Amino acid sequence: MIDFELSPDIVRNRDMIHMLAESSMRPISREYDEREHDKPMEFFDMMWNASKMNPVNIGGDGKGAKKDLPPTRSLGSAVTIEELSWGDAGLYLSIPNPGLGGAAVMAAGTPEQKERFLARFKEGAPKWGAMAITEPGCGSDSAAITTTAVRDGDHWVLNGTKIFCTSGWMAVEKSEGFVVVWATVDKSAGRAGIKAFVVDHHTPGMTVTGLEKKMGIRASDTATIVLEDCRIPLNNILGSPEVKKTTEGFKGVMATFDSTRPIVAASALGIGRAALDYTRGALEQAGVKIRYGAPAHKLTALERDFMDMEANLQAARLLTWRACWMMDQGMHNSLEASMCKAKAGLAVTQVTQKAVELLGPLGYSRKILLEKWMRDAKINDIFEGTQQINLLIIARRILGYSSKELS
Amino acid sequence: MVSFQPSEEQQLIRDTVASFAAEQIRPAAHEADETGAVPSALVQQAWELGLVQSTIPEAFGGAGEAISAVSGGLVAEELAWGDLSIAMHLLAPRLLLYPVILFGTPEQQQQILPAFGSPDFRAATAAVMEPRFGFDLAELGTTARRKNGTYTITGNKCFVPLGGSAEQILAYARDEDGRVGAYLINKGAAGVARVEREQNMGLKALETDEIDFSDCAVPAAARIAGDFPALMNRSRVALAAMAVGVARAAFEYARDYAKDRKAFGVAIAQKQAIAFMLAEMATEIDAARLLTWEAAWVIDRGQDATREAVLAQRYAANMVMKVTDNAVQVLGGHGYIREHPVELWARNGRGFATFEGMAIV
Repeated sequence: MIDFELSPDIVRNRDMIHMLAESSMRPISREYDEREHDKPMEFFDMMWNASKMNPVNIGGDGKGAKKDLPPTRSLGSAVTIEELSWGDAGLYLSIPNPGLGGAAVMAAGTPEQKERFLARFKEGAPKWGAMAITEPGCGSDSAAITTTAVRDGDHWVLNGTKIFCTSGWMAVEKSEGFVVVWATVDKSAGRAGIKAFVVDHHTPGMTVTGLEKKMGIRASDTATIVLEDCRIPLNNILGSPEVKKTTEGFKGVMATFDSTRPIVAASALGIGRAALDYTRGALEQAGVKIRYGAPAHKLTALERDFMDMEANLQAARLLTWRACWMMDQGMHNSLEASMCKAKAGLAVTQVTQKAVELLGPLGYSRKILLEKWMRDAKINDIFEGTQQINLLIIARRILGYSSKELS
Repeated sequence: MVSFQPSEEQQLIRDTVASFAAEQIRPAAHEADETGAVPSALVQQAWELGLVQSTIPEAFGGAGEAISAVSGGLVAEELAWGDLSIAMHLLAPRLLLYPVILFGTPEQQQQILPAFGSPDFRAATAAVMEPRFGFDLAELGTTARRKNGTYTITGNKCFVPLGGSAEQILAYARDEDGRVGAYLINKGAAGVARVEREQNMGLKALETDEIDFSDCAVPAAARIAGDFPALMNRSRVALAAMAVGVARAAFEYARDYAKDRKAFGVAIAQKQAIAFMLAEMATEIDAARLLTWEAAWVIDRGQDATREAVLAQRYAANMVMKVTDNAVQVLGGHGYIREHPVELWARNGRGFATFEGMAIV
């Protein structure tokens, strides 16, 4: 039955996280935006301790794992992450956790690898997992990466440069974390040669050479990682090292995007909602009512704009919930994941830009967080698949085209 | 618990209506638009599906199904996918039936409902909108003056589906206390005149009429009182659902055309400008549908759905204009020619920003 009511446990979690966002994230939001490379260790310790009470469920093997997971895991995550991002999207991204790297291990790792790399998140000091794909010369065209992995005795030897690695600094130099690096074992094989390799923290030959200065989500570190004859054990490769004619391996890692895109969309929603909530509050204070039932010709420009913002955000939210629900039901959700990511990235960009516009000089000022939310929002239109790439994926699916047929 | 899956029963009804729309409604759409008429055989066939009568209580000869905005929305989308004019024609009797079922007294229900158990289509409708720029449901221009046991209705109504041919019209008017009431008026009553059958940009196959009420006397027993703002939310959801249906029709047609049509050596669907347009259309159709479902769900829970319904309707009305316009664009010059249905869908699509109270779930 069509139903939009969140289950009580999701609501409970959401409300708890909302309190946390309000009391622990908002008060330090501006500070860590301004001091972009400093880290709020107290906040991290608190979040880390809380996460150990709900450890990452590694499950048995990859196939059985789904049975062990609650039936609303993806939807529950989306709701929680919206709340955390409502607090502060940059801080949310920088919370110690397995991250996208952990997601890759979950998706493509053997039971042994999952234990080796993920068990650490249940204990000890805060740790971070990261994923390094993008290079100076390629972002959207991930099949064109030039980082190489060459087999040498008992090791893979990695060479190359990765940029835009979220939490890369924390993962490889500031904690006992790891980074999953995409590299090619055979450039001539194109996509089929691309594999994912887990590189443990402090592995010799891997260096963080810089941290980006960004428009927004400044509390999240974005690292440049250089790999120079970086040697890792043979069994650090995720999936098979074979270069097959088919692109199974590549597709396998790409498939993780089906689960991560809705999560990024959920994060975007939180930022959009922060702006919407603030705008609504400001209007209420000014005595401006949004008259939903009024005829169109009576609506003020402000009412129309606000209603458009609300509808736009809710549309993005429902598309995101749908993608998550499908994942929870075990349904293939590539199309829906790309739809919600494309929509959410665009919608929150529009909503936050409009909010600054509506609030005039106050919206523009660094006295309040609204301008920061606009800066934070924009990246959601870009990372984890740009809006244009997601439109391309949607188009391929609705047209039944391969990437060769529609590029 | 959150779910995006209609119930099995809803899927069955939706599939039945979708088949009917594909096999019977769509093939008739072009001719209906060109001639300005819906074939009566088709109307009768749809009547036999029982979509309109299903929610009449068993005591009055109906199937006694619960009125569900969610189910109604699914049906409305499929019918409108077939053709908007035909969909509105088929569902018009609900405009009178639903207020009677929801708000009517037992006497009123006994008086009105059994006639809709007839084996033949029974035309009925509601007169809501008024032909003036300042039209406002909360401040109707049409008035009802009470004198002894009678109300006299005076005013102008427009966009009344089947207004000229309906056996009964439910006319909305504002009484002297400023409250909205709905008045049951029979065909041929004194003081009711059809000014003209309207000529519209789209919806050409649907008879819509401008009706003039001039001291039309209605017995007090024929006045229906109820939560009309809530009723209007049902109308908003119905129209939003129909907008989704029209948009989906346009998108599918444009998509299929783009895969077939070649230019510069490839199908035009293989060019990003076209592919991106289609991708946005598909996403926005799904988005509008979900907003509409949510509003319908709030209604079915018995809660105030004004915010959700208004937002869904606005979103859907904007969306369908953009999608149908893009569909014309994808077909290029051929999209401009009436041999293809996309220009019809664009003419119909524009209407959603102007309709109120012309459909209900």
